[in-house]
Amino acid sequence: MANTRQASRQAAAACAAGEGAQASASASGLRVNTAHVVRAQRMDRLATGVLTAIAVFVMLIVVSMVGYILVEGASTLFSPGFLTEPSRSNGTAGGVAYQLFDSFYLLVITLLISVPVSLGAAVFLTEYAPEGPVTRIASTAIETLSSLPSIVVGMFGFLVFSVNFGWKYSIISGAVALTMFNIPILVRVIQQALEDVPQHQRDACLAMGLTRWEATVHVLIPSAMPAIVTGVVLSAGRVFGEAAALLFTSGMSSPVRLNFLSLDFSSPTCAWNIFRPGESLAVHIYKIYGEGSPAAQHIVWGTAALLMVCVLLFNIASRVAGKALAKRMTAE
Amino acid sequence: MSDVILGDGECECCGHTNDGVEVGAAAATCAAAPDCDGSPAGCGCDSAGVSVRERVAAGSELGRAAAAMAPTSEVVLETRGVNVYYGDNHALHDTSLAFHKGEITALIGPSGCGKSTFLRSLNLMNREIRGCRVEGEILYDGRNINTREENLYELRRSIGMVFQQPNPFHKTIYENIVFAPKRHGLRGKDNLDALVEESLRGAALWDEVKDKLHQSAFSLSGGQQQRLCIARTLAMHPDVILFDEPCSALDPISTLAIEDLMQNVVRDRAIVIVTHNMEQASRVSNRTAFFYMGDMVEYGETDQIFQRPRDKRLNDYLTGMFS
Repeated sequence: MANTRQASRQAAAACAAGEGAQASASASGLRVNTAHVVRAQRMDRLATGVLTAIAVFVMLIVVSMVGYILVEGASTLFSPGFLTEPSRSNGTAGGVAYQLFDSFYLLVITLLISVPVSLGAAVFLTEYAPEGPVTRIASTAIETLSSLPSIVVGMFGFLVFSVNFGWKYSIISGAVALTMFNIPILVRVIQQALEDVPQHQRDACLAMGLTRWEATVHVLIPSAMPAIVTGVVLSAGRVFGEAAALLFTSGMSSPVRLNFLSLDFSSPTCAWNIFRPGESLAVHIYKIYGEGSPAAQHIVWGTAALLMVCVLLFNIASRVAGKALAKRMTAE
Repeated sequence: MSDVILGDGECECCGHTNDGVEVGAAAATCAAAPDCDGSPAGCGCDSAGVSVRERVAAGSELGRAAAAMAPTSEVVLETRGVNVYYGDNHALHDTSLAFHKGEITALIGPSGCGKSTFLRSLNLMNREIRGCRVEGEILYDGRNINTREENLYELRRSIGMVFQQPNPFHKTIYENIVFAPKRHGLRGKDNLDALVEESLRGAALWDEVKDKLHQSAFSLSGGQQQRLCIARTLAMHPDVILFDEPCSALDPISTLAIEDLMQNVVRDRAIVIVTHNMEQASRVSNRTAFFYMGDMVEYGETDQIFQRPRDKRLNDYLTGMFS
């Protein structure tokens, strides 16, 4: 007996598993298989190495892609007038001012529609929905919608909004198509944000005689706000770079001249008219690259670089906004 | 009252069984009381099933104190035959208890014994849990509140609750207190300011936070947060406050602070506290109910429960045979 204990103690010491293992090994009389410990530790080191390599590889892909596009596009991006002038000669010269504006305008209108709808759906699903077939079908429908190919959403948008509703190629058709593409993601994000608010916050409200609605509006949504804002801004990045859903809905051309000062919302040259066609940056890339004019290549790279910078800015903004909100809420 | 000493018996009006381990005069006593109103206080039978008179006869100092107190204290909240089910799981069996004004009632028992389930039935918080069903009568303010018609939002103003984890809102200290009263219609800065001060004083927090009312509640320590939650509950002027293990996340000093303030708060209301801490139960409470495996096993004056437990399971629990 004494020998066994001695042996197990030695084995434990040999495996260098530390004080705890030694104690438990001798206390329970457990025999430690030294070879097994060595194997496990070797495996652990191997896994660490492989996982690090994968992470580095992924990072390299991102960095090289971003770097390549920036290098190719920087000269155009920073050339004077690229951001402030409209395109000329069918996109082969000039800048992308209108495309940049249209991208943001589409984004704003999309968010104006999709954020309230998604918020409502998410609140219903997390706080109100009774368990049952209707709720399950609604959840499944939202998940299915999120995996719909965006070109299909674009086709649908074209047939329904552009043709049936008679909106033609317009900013609003594009924004509604983008909304359908954006809602499932936003619902998911907001649902998650609401579910992450601790249950005791709901309990506290209900125990003081407040209604679910009061709890949702005054406590849960404010608590979830940092996560909601982060999610909305991230989804904005996705919407901003979307092309396929817009090809058939908002069209592939911006008006030749836009008037930002006009408030005649029915005029086709009024920048704020939502029934005029508009072209996002991503669609612009698709169009001029597809037309194959070598003269336009630098515009393509410049636009791509611009698009990427914008999306990166969205990502950074989402983090900054989320952190700032969270900080303001917990330690103002 | 009869002096006949019987064997095992059940009080006919309050439903409390006497195990027959000790002298079982309860059944006879209760049955003999002609004007029994069905409540334990009304039948002269303390709820553990032993007549008060008998205890006095036994020469117990505590018994005499209880005899003086029991008939005068007014029952604020009472349950009759409450059963709670989670789906098919029958979590709490047939529990009848009464909670008195000015008294703290402790609910003790091992984990999963149904005491928190019972507590959460008292303000119908169990209704918020899917698949949870509460049956039986819960009497408050002269009516059964366990009905579909009961207005939960009115009810929970009168029956407040403090939770295990301090759960202030992500708002300022001031807003934490006035939030619910404002939603319930209290207006006017003067009224609100007065309410904040009154509530914070009631929760013994005023002196610590009076200069930082507009800072986030999360700038407070855990114990202060819990007292803020109590202040928030006090602001609703409830008749009953339910405490669900309010100190289990707190250090000993904060715990004592909360026990102290409970003694002040209880004066014009009833307090029910679930606790895992036996010493806490014996320190703070006037009466104690012991739960085991979904049954309310024994109920009585706290001193009797801790010093002369009748049920073997309670005795085992108190002596640390299981926990």
